[in-house]
Amino acid sequence: MNLTVLGVSKAFGATRVLDDISLDVAQGSRTAIVGASGSGKSTLLRLIAGFAEPDTGHIALGDRPLAAPGTSVPAHRRGIGYVAQDGALFPHLTVAGNIAFGLPRAGRAARVREVMELTALDPALAGRYPHQISGGQQQRVALARALAPRPGIILLDEPFSALDTGLREQTRRAVIDALERTRTTAVLVTHDQDEALSFGHGIGVMVDGRLAQAGSPSAVFDDPETPEIASFLGPAVLLPARRGDGCAECALGTIPVRHDRSNGSRAAVAMVRPAQIDLVTDAPGLNAVVHEVRPMGSLAEVSLLAGSVDGGAAGGAAGSAHPAVITLRVPPHQLGDLRPGSRVAIRVDGGAVLYPSDEADAVDEVTGDITGDESQPAVA
Amino acid sequence: MVVLAVGMLIPVGYVVATVLEIGWDALAPLIFRPRVGELLANTVLLLVLGVPATIVLGVGGAWLVERTDLPGRRFFAVLLVAPLAIPAFVSSYGWASAIPSIQGLWGGLLVATLAYYPLVYLPALATMRGLDPALEESARSLGLGSWAVFGRVILPQLRLAILGGGLIVALHLLAEYGAFAFIRFDTFTTAIVVAYQSTFAGSSAAALGVVLATLCLVLLVIEAGARGRSRYARVGSGSPQPAERTRLGRATPLALTALVALGTAATVVPLASVVRWLAASDASAFGEMPGALVQTMLLAGGGAIGAILVALPVAWLTARYPGRLSKALEGPYYVASSLPAIIVALALVTVTLRLVPGLYQTPATVIAAYVIVFLPRALVSLRAGIAQVPESLEEAARSLGSHPIVARVRVTVPLLVPAIAAGGALVALGAANELTATLLLAPTGTRTLATQFWSAASSIDYAGAAPYALLLILLSVPAVALMFTQIRGRAR
Repeated sequence: MNLTVLGVSKAFGATRVLDDISLDVAQGSRTAIVGASGSGKSTLLRLIAGFAEPDTGHIALGDRPLAAPGTSVPAHRRGIGYVAQDGALFPHLTVAGNIAFGLPRAGRAARVREVMELTALDPALAGRYPHQISGGQQQRVALARALAPRPGIILLDEPFSALDTGLREQTRRAVIDALERTRTTAVLVTHDQDEALSFGHGIGVMVDGRLAQAGSPSAVFDDPETPEIASFLGPAVLLPARRGDGCAECALGTIPVRHDRSNGSRAAVAMVRPAQIDLVTDAPGLNAVVHEVRPMGSLAEVSLLAGSVDGGAAGGAAGSAHPAVITLRVPPHQLGDLRPGSRVAIRVDGGAVLYPSDEADAVDEVTGDITGDESQPAVA
Repeated sequence: MVVLAVGMLIPVGYVVATVLEIGWDALAPLIFRPRVGELLANTVLLLVLGVPATIVLGVGGAWLVERTDLPGRRFFAVLLVAPLAIPAFVSSYGWASAIPSIQGLWGGLLVATLAYYPLVYLPALATMRGLDPALEESARSLGLGSWAVFGRVILPQLRLAILGGGLIVALHLLAEYGAFAFIRFDTFTTAIVVAYQSTFAGSSAAALGVVLATLCLVLLVIEAGARGRSRYARVGSGSPQPAERTRLGRATPLALTALVALGTAATVVPLASVVRWLAASDASAFGEMPGALVQTMLLAGGGAIGAILVALPVAWLTARYPGRLSKALEGPYYVASSLPAIIVALALVTVTLRLVPGLYQTPATVIAAYVIVFLPRALVSLRAGIAQVPESLEEAARSLGSHPIVARVRVTVPLLVPAIAAGGALVALGAANELTATLLLAPTGTRTLATQFWSAASSIDYAGAAPYALLLILLSVPAVALMFTQIRGRAR
């Protein structure tokens, strides 16, 4: 069923945890809510599940209002499945007993078998107790248990964060697969950007209790509303820039602007993803100097001082743009004989997103910190 | 719950009403006299020396059998809980009849410590089983050795168990009558019983009662302050794995010797005495036993069920919503239960006679007294159990369509079975061995095992008391065993 959240706010004492949240989740779709810890994302999930009540605003599932000022459907009548961070499996019940918990007596055994198959759980696990199975299996049992009563929607609260990397990927795929096959509407809360971007059809970014941006994962990643969201979602190169006509002058040269959010101010900040950047050694316009090359297995990390080379034809921008250090990851075969001191040309594929720059100080601040997020491989 | 709390306040109200009726001017000279100072010194010394001793024995024993590679730890785990099956007054009878020179403060300390340390040992054992080994492993990885891990990681988590167990021990020490009467050690309680027996409800006894009630109150305040607002629900994924045991190495013989000595003093000596006197008794002593047995089981079972029902809502409130309101509601329970059984009994005698004569000397009144007196056993056990059930489990049940109350019944209650069983068994045990309230409140002609034992033993008919002592012990064994297996079987 489709979920509607409208103008929901929540405070604990004097602390405002959620501020005017509105969100639509279409029937059968999967939406991820991503945010740093303390951004209020788990609270939002708990309000939807009915474990707490919003101070203001409305929550509805399909045509059915769940929470509105003065009224609230209790959690057990909402028909909403919930998967907690640690699975919250009942330690006194077997796997089968856990999955059957929310089912009527009739047809219970058949449904348990069905859901176990759906979540790729080995039928041999049915008689085991939670402490006798692995963490990934525990999370799949938690999902199976939530799916069993055919809820209108499933809420997942950081269900993979306690798992180690290999298990996390495998469990995530099993969960998405099961949700896909049952066409279950789902909302996932996570602090992991990749997890959020790969989860499904929608993504919402929470910052300090507000839903800062929502949309399809590709749209939000492609056109983040603020530089903060851009950096939060993935590696971003942020450079002070001067806005031109459909283009921006910055340390990388003059590059086209694909989304202009600068509100017409002349001083701006340009954002490009490291993946958009190519290094070229045998072309004119050598506008960058290699600072450091660090081999890192399948990729190598290259630090460059861009926009510093006078005399190069850097789109005429060299005089006005601040030089900037940027860090890229490139496959070794593209490295050639790059070494510290080598001159290269920087090519940018696709355009930049332009943000307003409040003041000159802010620009300088950004300059010192222009490296891509190192946890994210960027193929040049 | 407010009604229950008010009901629990009857004994306190009785003490206050007595004070008001007699008046402070008449009371003061009865309180400020050398005899009271003597009793106060005795009682305070008993607490100051006895409570730490039971904590050391209880926690140390639990750690040795649960967290070390001690050889024969399964045997010792059982041996350490065995004194719980021997009523304190039977243990005292065992020691006093074997070594008649045992008396006074040191005699009282010896007997009481050996009889009551399992009240710390059991909750400590239960908590150690529920501890997350990952915490200890983290501490080890931070460079802490075995002793440091015990002191800085295990002990703080045992705080609730130690405080709860220690409080129960302290209240027992204040309320114990039979064990101390045997070895002629005078505390407030024995003095009050003597005073009440001579003047029924005279003012000198009431004066002693006021001092004793104040002492209980001080203990409660200390415990509540130390307990604070801590909550120890385990966080993290999955269910706990069994922990690695600490290697005792060269300390093994020392640990074995200590446990053997403790087992001998607390269990073997009293048992041997009972067996010795049993051999000297004749068949006539067994005649009234079946009747006494049935009456004891009915009254004690009723007390256990009543206590669990009364304790559940309070324990749940205080464990889940620690705050002023829950403390205020919990307060009356502890205050009432901290009063010695003799005061509770006399309060109920007075109230039933004056307000509801129909209930005077009925089984219902006896059970009410048991509930009031033994409620802390149920409360401490349930509170510790509830603190270890994560709230997320109930939320999961609610999201699966269970009404909050149903969720509690289907999820929290089954997980509390060990705590309920332990609490209920502790209450039933206490009730079966209860002496003073039973003597005063039971319908005329009621003969429980404890009253039969007492009437024989206090008239130095050691042989005639032995069969009842044996039966009291045998009756306690299943309850102790159940409680013990519930704790052991958890998370296996």
